[in-house]
Amino acid sequence: MKYALLLYSDPTAGPDPESPEMADEMQRWFQFGNDLMGESKILGGEALHPTEAATTVKKRNDTLITADGPFAETKEALGGFYLIEAKDIDDAITIASDIPNIHYGTVEIRPIMDFSDMQD
Amino acid sequence: MRRPLSPVEVTFRTEWAPIVATLVRQFGDLDLAEDATQEAFLEASRRWRQDGVPANPAGWLVLTARRKVIDRIRREKRYKELLAQVGHSTRDESADSEPRSADLLALLFGCCHPALSTEAQVALTLRSLGGLTTGQIARAFLVPEATMAKRLVRAKNKIRTAGIPFQIPATLHERADRLRAVHAVIYAIFTEGHAASDGETTVRGQICDEAIWLANKLVELMPDDSESHGLAALCLLTDARRPARVGPDGQQILLADQDRSLWDQSKIRSGLLHLQRADDLNELGPYGLMAAMASFHSTTPSFDETPWNEIIGLYDRILDQHGGAVVALNRAVAVAERDGPEAGLAALAELGSNDELDGYRYFHSARAELLARSGHLDEAATAFRAAIAVCENEGERQWFQTRLKEVSRSNN
Repeated sequence: MKYALLLYSDPTAGPDPESPEMADEMQRWFQFGNDLMGESKILGGEALHPTEAATTVKKRNDTLITADGPFAETKEALGGFYLIEAKDIDDAITIASDIPNIHYGTVEIRPIMDFSDMQD
Repeated sequence: MRRPLSPVEVTFRTEWAPIVATLVRQFGDLDLAEDATQEAFLEASRRWRQDGVPANPAGWLVLTARRKVIDRIRREKRYKELLAQVGHSTRDESADSEPRSADLLALLFGCCHPALSTEAQVALTLRSLGGLTTGQIARAFLVPEATMAKRLVRAKNKIRTAGIPFQIPATLHERADRLRAVHAVIYAIFTEGHAASDGETTVRGQICDEAIWLANKLVELMPDDSESHGLAALCLLTDARRPARVGPDGQQILLADQDRSLWDQSKIRSGLLHLQRADDLNELGPYGLMAAMASFHSTTPSFDETPWNEIIGLYDRILDQHGGAVVALNRAVAVAERDGPEAGLAALAELGSNDELDGYRYFHSARAELLARSGHLDEAATAFRAAIAVCENEGERQWFQTRLKEVSRSNN
């Protein structure tokens, strides 16, 4: 079986990014990831930038509607996700606009965080 | 009398936006580009006074700003990925520094990107293309400077983390789509400046000037786009009435009561030229049609002679093409001018109940005026109270209060 684990938390909860506790916290994340990756139990995963960087895209009557902000229609539920490589947000929007549920659902685009500096 | 502008101030007006745009193309970072451009102008104001104005002021500024960018990239760790690029670009610093009109257009499309909120688009456009300071933008929008500063920082963070590009959309279809966002931003800036007087007329007037500058710039960059000409025409024809819109005590003067000899004829002339060009290029879009309406007012000697049939015909064309509750509301007001207040009220009643209109102050105030004119003073008072309840503009709220008192008084 494959499972998706979707991580939710209040952006203000957890250690302050500027605090000394943050380094320990990051260690715990890397530890968790590396251990399970070693056992081939994690197939992939990324940290997302906060919702301030989110963009939502939908198509209604074939018109593409792009808006600032995270998705907030409570009636609709998360039905899947794609991890994509795109040149910039325009490229990402173009790809998103071909996802079949774009005509009746919404696609939230969230940039991925880059931790390459911290793990060197 | 105003003191004459210094050479730096004159150059600022014409060169701020092209320099920011050039640096954004070269380095891809808006914040960096703005800061460096600002520092370059500061240095110019010191050095030019001492050493005289250089032969090519714009060229001097671009090179100075470039050096500021490079200094900062070398100093600050967060620009790591730009460092490699810098090593390459310092070798021939003048080659790539010619301002290009495509850069300006790319900057405008980036600032008006639909992944940004409208208020962020407006603030970014005024800062990056208009060169207004955070304080000036905050005063124009009547928010504390700290609020505006936060809004700009958030917008720039979003540009950086979400990867919003500064480029001209590749396909014609995309370009047309994105151009609508650019038009909406310029028009939002204009209407903000044009809204009721609030005792800060100088800043507000400056915002109108800024919108007109942007509209003219856009026409220069996209000379074959009908709606861009239409937008320029609309802003110019509306702004031509500015000298007649505010009375000696700062109170608003309605179109019907304005002294038309105060209207700015040169703005009217250039507005009419843009309207003609818009019409030659293509069938008029919504801005062109609104400009056509404004042109009927501009060329009619008195309010009583206003050709309401033609104006209502234009409203019908906009409604056919695009619909819109606010357009329908304005049409009803024009119907009232042609056929009397009862006919206007009937046209308003046809619009029915509508969330957009319920929250729109001018819907309630227009209804209130028509009710007052047709003698329904109690209902007029109720409608004025509804306008006051949803009004966020202090100057307009006071005006509605005054009108409420007047209709209540004549009812007793």
